[in-house]
Amino acid sequence: MYQKILLAADGSEHSLRATKEVINIASLNLNAKVTVVLVADFSNAKNDVLHSGSTVELDMKRRKKLIPVEELLKQGNVNYQVEILHGEPGPTINEYVNREKHELLVIGSRGLNTLQEMLLGSVSHKVVKHADCPVLIVK
Amino acid sequence: MLETIKVNWFSNIRGDVLAGIVVALALIPEAIAFSIIAGVNPMVGLYASFLIAVIIAFVGGRPGMISAATGAMALLMVPLVTEHGVEYLLAATILTGVIQILFGVFKVAKVMKFIPRAVMIGFVNALAILIFMAQVPHFLGISNMTYVFVAITLVIVYVLPRFLKAIPAPLIAIVLLTAVAIFSGFKLNTVGDLGTITQTLPSFFIPNVPFSLETLMIVLPFSFALAIVGLLESLLTATIVDDMTGTDSDKNKESRGQGIANFVTGFFGGMAGCAMIGQSVINVKSGGRGRLSTLVAGLFLMFLIIVLGGLVIQIPMPALVGIMIMVAIGTFDWSSFTYLKKAPITDSIVMVTTVLVVVITHDLSKGVFAGVILSAIFFVAKISKVTVEKKLLNETIHYTIEGQLFFASVESFLEAFDFNVKSEQIVIDFSNTHVWDDSGVGAIDKVVLKYYENHNQVTLEGLNSTSKKLVDKLAIYNNKDAKMSSH
Repeated sequence: MYQKILLAADGSEHSLRATKEVINIASLNLNAKVTVVLVADFSNAKNDVLHSGSTVELDMKRRKKLIPVEELLKQGNVNYQVEILHGEPGPTINEYVNREKHELLVIGSRGLNTLQEMLLGSVSHKVVKHADCPVLIVK
Repeated sequence: MLETIKVNWFSNIRGDVLAGIVVALALIPEAIAFSIIAGVNPMVGLYASFLIAVIIAFVGGRPGMISAATGAMALLMVPLVTEHGVEYLLAATILTGVIQILFGVFKVAKVMKFIPRAVMIGFVNALAILIFMAQVPHFLGISNMTYVFVAITLVIVYVLPRFLKAIPAPLIAIVLLTAVAIFSGFKLNTVGDLGTITQTLPSFFIPNVPFSLETLMIVLPFSFALAIVGLLESLLTATIVDDMTGTDSDKNKESRGQGIANFVTGFFGGMAGCAMIGQSVINVKSGGRGRLSTLVAGLFLMFLIIVLGGLVIQIPMPALVGIMIMVAIGTFDWSSFTYLKKAPITDSIVMVTTVLVVVITHDLSKGVFAGVILSAIFFVAKISKVTVEKKLLNETIHYTIEGQLFFASVESFLEAFDFNVKSEQIVIDFSNTHVWDDSGVGAIDKVVLKYYENHNQVTLEGLNSTSKKLVDKLAIYNNKDAKMSSH
C-alpha cells in the first residue's frame, strides 16, 4: 500500500474528513509516512501580517489551524510531519507533491474559503489536473 | 560576498525578468495617478518610480520588494505642493532621504516593532479612504461618459484577471479605454489636461529653492512626516514579502536604502516614494524573488515612457480613477469589520482613532502618532491595574495580588487593603504578581508597617525570585525601628 502520503489540509471540516481517510489508508502500511501540508495563501499575506503582532505569532496561528488534524493523526497512531508552504494553494501543492514524489495525495473537496472557490474554482479541482500521483478527494 | 550577490541577483533570472516587466506595466498608471494626487506633473511620479526602483534594487534590504512613487507619500505632499510648489517638494524629498538614512544608521527600524497592529490596520484603512477621496473630484459630476468609463475600468480590472493572468488588467483597461477615447471622440478629461510628458531620461539638477533657514523650516515637517510614513509602509511591505517568500530581510538596511533612493531621486526631479504593498505582492506572485526583478521593473518603466510617452497624455482620467478605486479597495483591510467585533475595545478605539485623525487632518503621520500615543496610554492603564482579592481562611486574612506592581499601580494596590483590623494573622500572596521597582517595594513596606502598627502579624508569600531579590534588598519592614515616615 501507499507509503508516502501527502495530506493537504487547512483545518476545515472537509480536511478533517480527509484526515480520517488518511488514517484508514496509512493503517494498511506500517511504514506509511504522512506529510501534512498547509498553504499560507499569497492572497492573504497582507491580511495575515497586518493582524499578527509578530512573525512568531503568525507562525503559531497557522500551526493552530492544524491542531485538530494533528490530534486525529496522533489518535490514529500515524507517523506524520507538518509542513507550511507559501504560495497560491493549487499550484503550490502540485509543485510540492511532484517534487517530493509522493505516492498519494489526499485533499478535502472544499476548504475554508467558499467565496474564492466560487470565483476561481476549487483547489481540489486544480490539484487533480496537475498532480503526478493518484489523488483522493474526500467529500 | 560573491555568493550573496549571485543569490540576490542571478538565482532566478527568468522569473525576475518576467515579473519585473509585469510590475513595470502595472506601475505606470499608478505613478501617473499618484502624481496627480500630489498635484505635480506626471513626470515627477514617473521619474521617481524609475529612479527609486533602480536604486533600491542595489541598496535595499529586501530583495524582490518593489519601491516607487506611492499614494501614502503623495497624499502627504499635497499642502507643500499647493503652497510652495514642486521645487520645495524636491528639496523635501532630498531631506526625507537624509532623515531615513539616519533612521537606518541609528537602527530606528527596531522601534517600528513597537507600533501596535491596531495602528497599522488604521494606517492602511486611512490610506485607502484618502486614496478614494482623492479620486472623487475627478469623476463626480463631470459627465455621464466619465461614470461609464470608470465603471468599465472597474469591470475590466476585476473580471479580466480570472481569464487572463499574464498581462496586468489595469494596463489592458488603460490601453483599451485610451483607444476607445481617441477613436470615438468622447469628451473626457485626459492626463494631458493635468500635465505634460517629456520623453527624456531624468537629469541632475539642484532644486531651485533659497538655501535659508526659512526654507528648511518649511520643508522639515513634511520631510519628517514623509520619512516616518515611508518607513512604516516599507517595513510593513518588507514583512509581507518576508512572509510570502519564507525568508528574512535586513530592516535597517532597507531603511538606509529607502533614504539613499529618496535622496538621489530629489536631485533628479522625482518625488519621495517608498515600498508598495500591492506591487510587491504582484511581483512575488508573478515569480519575482531577487533584486533583478526590481531593477527590471524600473528600467522597463522608463523604456516604455520614452517609447510611448506621446500616448500617455491621451489616457482618459476616468480610466485612471477606476484603477485608483481598485487600489483603494485593495489597500483597505476588509477584515477590519470582524476585527472591530473581536478585538479588545481599546484596540478598536485605537484603530478608529487612527483612521479618524488621518481623515480629518489628511496626514497619515498624525494618525500614526495619535494611535501610538493612545495605545501607550491604554497599555499603561491596563498594566497598572492590580487586583487584590480578600479571603478569610482559618482565622487568617488572605490577600491575593494579581497584576504588575510598579510606580503606576502602587496606588490601586494600597487602596485595596483594609487596615481597620487589630491583632490578626494576615497573609499576602504575591505568586501572581511581579514587583518591578522601588515604588513597588515601598508600597509593600507601607502595607506591612501599617498592619504592624495595630499589632497584626503579616506573612508575605510566593514572591518570585527577581521580585524577592528586590524586596530583600530594599524593604525595611523587617527593621524593628522602621516607621512609615521613612518613606
